Amino acid sequence: MIWLLLTVFTPLAGALLLAALPRVTLAGWLNLALCALSLVGALGLAIEVLLHGSLAGDSFRVDAFNVYLVVLTAFVGLTTAIFSRPYMYYVHSEEKRVGRNGMRLYHSMYQGFLFTMLLALTTDNLGILWVAVEGATLATVLLVSLYRTPAAIEAAWKYFILCGVGIAQALFGTVALYFAAQHVLPAGANGLSWSTLYAIAPQLEPRVMVVAFVFLLVGYGTKVGLVPLHSWLPDAHSEGPTPMSAVLSGLLLNVALYAVVRMKMLTDAALVHSSAPQLAGHLLMGFGLLTFLVGAISLHKRRDIKRLFSYSSIEHMGLMTFGFGVGGPLATFAALLHMLVHSLTKSSIFISVGHATHIAHSQRIERIRGLIRTQPAVGWSLLLGVVAIAGFPPFGIFTSEFLLLVATMQAWPWLTPLLVLGLLVALAGLFRAVQPMVFGAAPVGQYPVRANMLPVILQLAMVLVLGIAIPGVLAHWLDQATLLISGRPLL
Amino acid sequence: MNFSALPLLDQAVLVLSAMALFSAFALLAQSRLLSAIHVFAWQGALVAAVAALTGAASGDVNLYISAAITFVLKVLLIPWMLHRLVRRLALERQADPLPYPALTLLAGAAIVVFADWVAAPVAQFEHSATRNVIAISLAIVLLGMLTMVVRRQALAQVLGFMAIENGLFLAAVASTHGMPLVVELGVAFDVLVAMVLFGVFFLQIKDSIDTLDIDRLSQLASSVEQDEDTEPPR
Repeated sequence: MIWLLLTVFTPLAGALLLAALPRVTLAGWLNLALCALSLVGALGLAIEVLLHGSLAGDSFRVDAFNVYLVVLTAFVGLTTAIFSRPYMYYVHSEEKRVGRNGMRLYHSMYQGFLFTMLLALTTDNLGILWVAVEGATLATVLLVSLYRTPAAIEAAWKYFILCGVGIAQALFGTVALYFAAQHVLPAGANGLSWSTLYAIAPQLEPRVMVVAFVFLLVGYGTKVGLVPLHSWLPDAHSEGPTPMSAVLSGLLLNVALYAVVRMKMLTDAALVHSSAPQLAGHLLMGFGLLTFLVGAISLHKRRDIKRLFSYSSIEHMGLMTFGFGVGGPLATFAALLHMLVHSLTKSSIFISVGHATHIAHSQRIERIRGLIRTQPAVGWSLLLGVVAIAGFPPFGIFTSEFLLLVATMQAWPWLTPLLVLGLLVALAGLFRAVQPMVFGAAPVGQYPVRANMLPVILQLAMVLVLGIAIPGVLAHWLDQATLLISGRPLL
Repeated sequence: MNFSALPLLDQAVLVLSAMALFSAFALLAQSRLLSAIHVFAWQGALVAAVAALTGAASGDVNLYISAAITFVLKVLLIPWMLHRLVRRLALERQADPLPYPALTLLAGAAIVVFADWVAAPVAQFEHSATRNVIAISLAIVLLGMLTMVVRRQALAQVLGFMAIENGLFLAAVASTHGMPLVVELGVAFDVLVAMVLFGVFFLQIKDSIDTLDIDRLSQLASSVEQDEDTEPPR
């Protein structure tokens, strides 16, 4: 319990504290320290769950499924904070794109964002989940417009409107869910508690549940970046500060997908005796596959490096959604693993991209050249990150994508060629852009920048380890989560 | 359905909801910003009245609190903030006519039919008044979305956004006698923060682009694909 409070409420306290703190250098360090404290809490929580099984209380629930996402969120929050301290200081003092108040806003909202993410993950109340996910939009929307350029303001406006409207659909779905629950539960019971709902799910009216799920899927799916509601994602990623892109891709998309999966669990349980028990899974598969293919094709002919990688995020989120849609232990395990490795890899890529844009003084792909000559550390980390994200062995994404392909072959064999084709198209799109950026001739007068590559090395090393041999503890964890979601363990 | 057979309270709720639906149409077609803000305030008042009536029927204190929050937020505070923004940005006289009024209103009517169809499964275990209110609230939500799609004025889009919130609140009140209070408070807080952010945005958009016409906010999609000298920010 104490660990949970430490994990979730450290960022909240931090957000308030950093909002009041005018010293830019100190704020950067404090931001880092708060993230570290939150990670300590998350690790404590994980050990507690490992030893005693899931924790559940009045308003929170920590089980095998969300505890690993909590640790992942706190960890990526910390590594991005390590990167963000010198990066944002450079933006503030050298480029002078952000003033003192802007920096205060940035640090405060960084913590505020982490708070909403952790709250969304640990709460048991579906209403609070909605409030937290909406809160995450509000916390990040001002960060997207931090640079105050017309393009940044446009991106933030789009992000705000599209996510606001999308997430409103999720609230309607939540109301419908609550409505269905009220007809089954005795008066006074908490009809928004996920645990309560899951226990009585088979009694919930299937037709109302279908309506609720469709609204919830559209709502949270907007935040996952599912096609056709994905257009906010590249804009928000490319116009906001780079650390923001790293946490948006690494964390926000995961949390939104987490919400979708929780809803799918409820819907599956409610539809067990109806005429279409797999409806939720089929919807996820359809949207996931469409998102995956559109993302993969969109990787071609990009001119902005951050837009390139945000389309890659769309592609991977589509793949995960597809995986959860296929269902069954193997696909679920693969999707869970994919969530983990994608987060780690993508946030490390955005960190390398941040340094690369500082070296080239541009986000335009054609102006970023010869990184490996100018600054080998950045060049190599970008290259290795892209190798990992494209799904080459021995990195972890290869493992998860391979498992997913195998699962697809078992359940839906005729969809496998589409998946393989999408992966190849994505691979080509990525390397076409990245090869000249890394190996091309460096323009004259391009100098290395100060870069802290520790987070990248750490994250890529973890992805590598996950690709070669998943540690027993972690495999057990993921297997518990698989058991929870699909009803059967894999191992 | 025989409306006169329903209890008086249900009839009142139905009438108020129907008026809220009408105000959603008014919001869709009203081209003057100030009048649109007033329509929005009226819609908020209607929704708050539905909550208060439902509270009176069930004796649930939470519903009174929700109704009070809604009244303060949607009838007083947000319209006042919007009024101030309109005056500050000197938009009082600006009209933003609908591009295709007949087509848009027909689409609105189609949305109402669709909402009625979606709410059909509710009918079997709920009396018909609730089913109708759920259909109406869904229609208000979707009409709010339509408003956001067809209107080009940023402020009109915000009104659509807030109308969506009204529809959601109506759905929660009518179908479930309100969500738990903590959720209502969280939602109200989010709406308030969103409104403050909208205000900040208007000033930023006005500063950098010098108009609140959303059609001007279409540089991103094109600038990335065209070669321009302006440097996209990092």
